[in-house]
Amino acid sequence: MHELAVTESIISVVERHAREAQAQRVLRIHLRIGELASIVDDSVQFYFDQLSPGTLAEGAQLVFERLPISLRCRACGHCWQPSAGDWTCPACGASKAALAGGNEFQIDHIEVE
Amino acid sequence: MIKQISVDERILSANDLAAAENRALLHQHSVHMVNVMAAPGSGKTCLLLAAIRGLKDQVRVGVIEGDIASDIDTVKMRQEGVPAVQINTGGGCHLDALQVRKALEQLPLDEIDLLFVENVGNLICPVGFDLGETTRMAIASIPEGDDKPLKYPSIFHKVDALVISKIDLLPYIAFDLPEYRRLVASIQPELRVFETSVVTGEGISAWVDWLRTLKA
Repeated sequence: MHELAVTESIISVVERHAREAQAQRVLRIHLRIGELASIVDDSVQFYFDQLSPGTLAEGAQLVFERLPISLRCRACGHCWQPSAGDWTCPACGASKAALAGGNEFQIDHIEVE
Repeated sequence: MIKQISVDERILSANDLAAAENRALLHQHSVHMVNVMAAPGSGKTCLLLAAIRGLKDQVRVGVIEGDIASDIDTVKMRQEGVPAVQINTGGGCHLDALQVRKALEQLPLDEIDLLFVENVGNLICPVGFDLGETTRMAIASIPEGDDKPLKYPSIFHKVDALVISKIDLLPYIAFDLPEYRRLVASIQPELRVFETSVVTGEGISAWVDWLRTLKA
């Protein structure tokens, strides 16, 4: 489960930013996760509950913003969100999809006090 | 008082940094690293052995083997006379850049042109972790089924080359190869695809010729 490594990274990045801001504790962690990232929210939350006690992030709420895969056709410019792993352009039939979104894997911001 | 702090940082930023350092180290030693990702049982090790045999007269090959446990693959690589280092992840489902760094420190980098990293067998987790490679390659075997691009688009999107293995099994398995190739091309238009069998030898030389061009 790579969610373990992901959660360790989240806590480490969040603690660094919270310390720089001289925060006492972190209340919320806002994550932006694209559909291509293959991360299970519940699993990250499970590891977070195990790993965060004793850190500045203890008790913080994880807020997941999920971003769908969105594509742009390099042949005709059509933009769409595919339903499965067939990225053929529904407008012109070309196989020239460019990824416009869905690859995000960011900590966007945190709320601290 | 509650404050909002902008972070705007990649979750795996520590891994990204280590990967960038690996990339710089490899560049300094003129090593081209290939991250090989595939499901368990896809034929990664057999294909790499075939590549080593095809390349070793002209290209100095090295191998980093990632497995949850055991060193049986590393032993096979060493029997071919190439330097090989084992990483045991002890249950970890993917390799990360720091594990690869430790392996790089054990390899004679000045005596290697092309370095294969055989990632842990898994179609999901390895995809998210940059190791510092120059080329990413996926291997997919015919028995895995032709629906994998629909289920795991991420790996097909993020690789430069796809080796379809065990094509000698096509007569026995319902696998729509043209449709499969259409799907992977829709996900990654730039993808290089090789159809291979280590049993019949079909397609191996075309793949090995391409690997030879990667030599830094």
